Amino acid sequence: MSLTSSSRTSISKTQSSFMDWVDRNKRKWTGWILISLVIFYVAFLILTPIIALTAGAFEKGFGEVIDSLNQPDVFLAFWNTLWVSLVVVTIHTIFGTLVAWVFVRHRFPGRNLINGLVDMPFAVSPVVAGYMLLLLFGRNGILASLVESLGIQIAFAMPGMVLATLFVTLPFMIRELIPVLEAFDTRQEKAAATLGASGWQTFWRVTFPALRWGMIYGITLTFARALGEFGAVLVIGGGVQGRTETATLFIYRALDERQYIGAYSAALLLGLFSLVLVLGSDWLRRKRR
Amino acid sequence: MNLQTTVTEANKKRSTTLSWGQWSIRAIALGYLTVLLIIPLLVILQDGLQQGLAEFWRQVTLPAAWHALQLTVWTSLVMTVINIIMGTLTAFVLVRYDFPGKTILNGIIDLPLAIPTLVTGVMLVILFGPQEVLGAWLKERFDFSVMFAPPGIILALLFLTFPFVVRSVQPVLMELDLAQERAAATLGAGGWTIFRRIILPPMTLPIITGALLSFARAIGEFGSIVIVAGNIPFRSQTAAVYVFGEVESENRLGASAVSIVMVAIAFSLLMIADYLRKRSKSSKEEMYESH
Repeated sequence: MSLTSSSRTSISKTQSSFMDWVDRNKRKWTGWILISLVIFYVAFLILTPIIALTAGAFEKGFGEVIDSLNQPDVFLAFWNTLWVSLVVVTIHTIFGTLVAWVFVRHRFPGRNLINGLVDMPFAVSPVVAGYMLLLLFGRNGILASLVESLGIQIAFAMPGMVLATLFVTLPFMIRELIPVLEAFDTRQEKAAATLGASGWQTFWRVTFPALRWGMIYGITLTFARALGEFGAVLVIGGGVQGRTETATLFIYRALDERQYIGAYSAALLLGLFSLVLVLGSDWLRRKRR
Repeated sequence: MNLQTTVTEANKKRSTTLSWGQWSIRAIALGYLTVLLIIPLLVILQDGLQQGLAEFWRQVTLPAAWHALQLTVWTSLVMTVINIIMGTLTAFVLVRYDFPGKTILNGIIDLPLAIPTLVTGVMLVILFGPQEVLGAWLKERFDFSVMFAPPGIILALLFLTFPFVVRSVQPVLMELDLAQERAAATLGAGGWTIFRRIILPPMTLPIITGALLSFARAIGEFGSIVIVAGNIPFRSQTAAVYVFGEVESENRLGASAVSIVMVAIAFSLLMIADYLRKRSKSSKEEMYESH
């Protein structure tokens, strides 16, 4: 404790001795060059493309943007995206909490391996994710006959797209909640139990309030990722116009059909949606501190 | 005394009922992961290897597949090298310098995580597409094409993975003890020597972790690349786009074989990153204990 506080004061006293050195010697150009290099890189890599998209969408005026978005196809695509994302977020909120809970509180053989596997969707290609589901539920799929006899269609239908998005967004909720649960003092729960609270009451009144913020960030990240999912949904859903077409799949088709304003406008709208979500949760996080 | 025994009894009773509840929670959680994660991963393994290892290898080394895998790996490597340099530099500037607009710059770094990758692809098309101003100028003046070529792939990957190295290095840099640097400077070390001998060593592990995450993320990227690079075999077709093509043309064996290679790369990289993270965590704990 004393170590961390002492090092912190030394940081605040002088930004750094390295800095002193730079000050004495070549601050004039070293610092200046490094800062402008970074600003230039970020502006080139991240800001220019964002500005280009905005400019591209509004190239023919605001009216064109509205007209291109005011189509039944576009409405349905965004509705499908929203629907899939909401279902996915709901499922991950419930089961992700359970998984995080089990990882933090339980010890069982294979726990480390499974814990490592949870990160896999982060690195597995979305195309491969969709393809896995196709192997399970597509034509000649392993589970195809079983699912068919139940009268549910999974491949090339909404349930398949929900499953694909569930796979792709799996780590977010769990990874957001595990550190919160690890930091949580279990004595509070024990105290509640001693005072006669039932397991459910203890969770709802003691544990859940501590998890709430982690859950909100987990939901935001899951939601933003689900809104933008493309590859997995394309493979398992097929992108059937007017049926399984989501917002990203619409953008892809519009580009293909050279309806550039429509593609750019939809891309801008979708980007804004997830930007507002993520920035909103960042803002909440900062406000809470 | 009497009261205490009843309390412990009640606790014991509760703990047995709880453990029944805990058991079902564990079963649900593991069942959920099995259905969502483990079964799909096993299915693809089984499907790609069902004709034997020789056939698997033949599918992977088919010219188009092999070229796609090579292109994926080398573009990801180039991206990772640039990311290591620029990401470390960005983290350094953010921690060590004060300048107007620093807070905004810090916020911009996370933007790529919030923007759908397909939208990233669309953005780059608008900038560098052959009919667009910048793209046409580069083509005409330098005969340099970004779209449908490796530079476009690298650019898209750089955009997507920019936060990883920065956000991995930044916290470590903030915790660095500046007394060491001051001592080195007093002893006459130059700026570059201080950076190389004192600042760089503790940053090595976070840089490697960030680089591994960037690389793992890049191997499977599809949305932005299919837009930027298209689907031209032997030129701009990456592994993910190749798998997509094979799925569409119903070449199940080829799709599964290349998928397995991609999953294996992703899995080993994540395991190494996980191991490094645990090692740096435990070495930090040791450091604090020794103090």
